Amino acid sequence: MKNEYEPVIGLETHVELYTNTKMFCGCRLSFGEEKNIYTCPVCLGHPGSLPVINKKAIEYAAKIALALNCKIRKYTIFHRKNYFYPDMPKNYQISQYDLPLGVGGYLDIDIGSYIRRVGITRVHMEEDTGKLLHKGITGRISESEASIVDFNRAGTPLIEVVTEPDIRSPEEAKEYMIVLRNLILFLDVSDCSMEEGSLRCDANVSVRKTGEDKIGTKTEIKNLNSFKFLQKGLEYEVKRQIKVLEAGGGIIQQTRHYDSKTGTTKVLRSKEEAHDYRYFPEPDLVPIYIEDKMIEDIRKTIPELPSAKAKRFEKQYGLPKYDSSFLANNKSLADYFEQCCRHYNNAKNIAKWIMGDFSALLNKEKMTIKDSRVTPENLCKMLEIIDKGKINYKIAKSVFEEMFSTGKNPQKIIEDRGLEQISDEGLLEAVIEEVIKDNPGPVKQFKEGKDKAIGFLIGRVMAKTKGKANPGMVNEIIIKKLS
Amino acid sequence: MEIHYLTAHQLKDRLEKRQISCTEIVKSIYLRIEEVEDRLNSYIRLEKESALSRAGQIDKLISAGSDIEDFMGIPVAIKDNICTKNITTTCASRILENYIPIYNATVIDRLESRNYILAGKANMDEFAMGSSNENSYFGTVKNPWDTDRVPGGSSGGPAACVAAGEAACSLGSDTGGSIRQPASLCGVVGFKPTYGMVSRYGLVAFASSLDQIGPITRDVEDCAAMLNIICGHDRKDSTSINVEVPDYKSFLKADIKDMRIGVPKELMVEGIDREVKEAVYRIIKLAEDIGGIVEEISLPSLEYALSVYYIIAPSEASSNLSRFDGVRYGYRNVEAESLREMYRRSRVEGFGDEVKRRIIIGTYCLSAGYYDEYYEKAQRVRTLIIGDFKKAFEKFDVLISPTSPTTAFKIGEKIEDPLTMYLSDICTIPVNLAGLPAISIPAGLSGSKLPIGLQIIGNVLREDNVLKVAYSLEKVIGFTGRPGL
Ligand SMILES: [Zn+2]
Repeated sequence: MKNEYEPVIGLETHVELYTNTKMFCGCRLSFGEEKNIYTCPVCLGHPGSLPVINKKAIEYAAKIALALNCKIRKYTIFHRKNYFYPDMPKNYQISQYDLPLGVGGYLDIDIGSYIRRVGITRVHMEEDTGKLLHKGITGRISESEASIVDFNRAGTPLIEVVTEPDIRSPEEAKEYMIVLRNLILFLDVSDCSMEEGSLRCDANVSVRKTGEDKIGTKTEIKNLNSFKFLQKGLEYEVKRQIKVLEAGGGIIQQTRHYDSKTGTTKVLRSKEEAHDYRYFPEPDLVPIYIEDKMIEDIRKTIPELPSAKAKRFEKQYGLPKYDSSFLANNKSLADYFEQCCRHYNNAKNIAKWIMGDFSALLNKEKMTIKDSRVTPENLCKMLEIIDKGKINYKIAKSVFEEMFSTGKNPQKIIEDRGLEQISDEGLLEAVIEEVIKDNPGPVKQFKEGKDKAIGFLIGRVMAKTKGKANPGMVNEIIIKKLS
Repeated sequence: MEIHYLTAHQLKDRLEKRQISCTEIVKSIYLRIEEVEDRLNSYIRLEKESALSRAGQIDKLISAGSDIEDFMGIPVAIKDNICTKNITTTCASRILENYIPIYNATVIDRLESRNYILAGKANMDEFAMGSSNENSYFGTVKNPWDTDRVPGGSSGGPAACVAAGEAACSLGSDTGGSIRQPASLCGVVGFKPTYGMVSRYGLVAFASSLDQIGPITRDVEDCAAMLNIICGHDRKDSTSINVEVPDYKSFLKADIKDMRIGVPKELMVEGIDREVKEAVYRIIKLAEDIGGIVEEISLPSLEYALSVYYIIAPSEASSNLSRFDGVRYGYRNVEAESLREMYRRSRVEGFGDEVKRRIIIGTYCLSAGYYDEYYEKAQRVRTLIIGDFKKAFEKFDVLISPTSPTTAFKIGEKIEDPLTMYLSDICTIPVNLAGLPAISIPAGLSGSKLPIGLQIIGNVLREDNVLKVAYSLEKVIGFTGRPGL
């Protein structure tokens, strides 16, 4: 039954740009400090104040638009979007309307078995609002005793990326967001933190019978502000719409709010209650003319993007596809990986460590590789020590843990703790003979053909050498002695 | 002549010759204010104490040998929609009755750097919306020539106080004639510069694409001197033009030989008082006598100027004035129990009728389904008007017309009839739509001893031509009338 329907999804994503100053005034951007300190007559909407465009914000926005394969308009203007709300100091938002900065781009999403090309309708610039804090139990403005407005965020540069209705499943939507976020992180123009609200997402959703061309009536879902909520919210909404249609009902065009506590969407306002924003060209600003040279200069600042990087890693370092994209999708991991490759020539080994134990520790400590105390040089030194057979994997793991917490050089750790692997045949033989003598039972079992027993004997040797024995050699010597 | 009737340049001259002190100037202005302000209501707020203490400081500077620049120590009235730091700026509205700006408008910073003296904040139509100064929360301003009559608007206070000797000069703002029309009705000089020549930063916006600050003075020379101070690029105003500012005083030459002067016939037709028309014809004759070449010209699109203005100005105003909501500053109804109710009651109680009327018109014109028919179409016609002026200035150096179709009308005469009131600005509005510089100078008195104003319009950035013609005609007109107050 369910297969008869196909979701049609378009996403609108807001991204806060981290320029030094706000979109239309000289105030610093804030990161959750004391309320209302980064404000001035302009971003407080005081009478007589006027906006002045932050050129850096235009550059950043153009960078994103170009990376999304958009065409940059040579002539672009700002509009006023009029509506009343206390977090908006002027009761209009300076935004873009019918002449956005970037148009007609796309972003390819690798879903695994296929690639979905998502059309980018537009990339436009606007200013962020302030933040409202409602005093009261429910946290809603209509039920609060009082509300506090913090204008620190008001006027922060924002871009909105609007897609075509090209997305065909909640999973694709989630993947799109992951790829988009990654791309913007690579461009180094936003911290894209969903927790801090610097990346926010709304969705337009409809469903239709598979094979139909016509797009059904859509609903807009607000507050899909994490990858998980995006997928869950869309899954719920798609199911809801299918249920309504199956029951012979019709979808009502409305804006719905995703409630992460219940995992459901609820009506926020109907089409009739929708705002009439009374857009008109912002008379306090002059049109922006973007010359070809400026576009080319901005294009030059765009670094290698994840998909291109992944392909290069496969080719240049011979990494498997999964490893290449894993590393290429995270700029700091990719940079770290390539720094290591300069010191050590087994790229696969490097990738294995970065993706394995290193990532596990980073995740555990909620750190990024950039904050880590392990330098690429030290990681490579450790890999060389392993290659030379001086320590085994188990010891290496413990050495690495210490490198991770102290930043120390691996050689020093090994020396200080006396961890160097015992590969001296004579020494090992003496210990093994002792173990054979002390454990006649397992020895007998082994001789009777129970191969598992060798594990026990090796374990005993390792215990006696405090884990430093070269496990390959121990294995070899025991077999030799018992056969 | 009484000190309070001297122009700024005459006062400067006496300061230079040590014939007078700043303190004496300020005292005599305040004596005059005490004498006539009850009858005029030109000011919303007086700054007597700070003006006197400032005068004392400037006197010290002068006796220490400081150079005396234009407007140093000169009491200037500032229209109450121009932000003055730490001094209330009300826009003559209840909604901003107690609003104290946290910053200075750029023009105020520039005047302060010249050591001017703020005489006080001048009365006006609420949010600069009106042509009679009857729309002020702080009461109507009276015309010094006849206190039963209006001074014009919206800069009624700035014009009346200069006419009556309550300030040496003033700054007003002009969106559709708000400097020139009251200057005309009060018998003083009023100048609206090219759009973008004076920073709007700190001017509380009425219609952003039309608003421009300008001087109201007793003669053209003071006007040129004031332009020297207030004109010039300001990076805080994106619409400010980045060009080199000429010395406007260098255009004060009584010579218009071979200058080409056009008379748009659309500004000389029905609705213009006979006496006003006659005054203009008299001046045309004077202009020809001193070598000007005067011809009639037609700018057909001017017919639509008033309609275009009453779409564009209210549209922009409806958005500009939405920030007055009781949330951050200004009047707030404290009894309201919900956000929507607070918005509604604060605005209903805070704004006057004319302001509400224009917000409603503007909101309507921008609404979905009406935008194309009104705002968009008005913008297209505005382009036609700009084109007509452009063509006219290929042939002429300046255009002249009456400033106002009538002399000062009676208080209460038009207030109930907005459409008739709107016609008061029929000659001045096209100039704002095209962003042109224009001046109003006194052209003489009517039979009932009321001032008539002449408007001189220049091409974009051609303040030079406007000043040249104004200065030359001022000399030959020789207007010396003073209100019998
Ligand atoms: Zn600011």
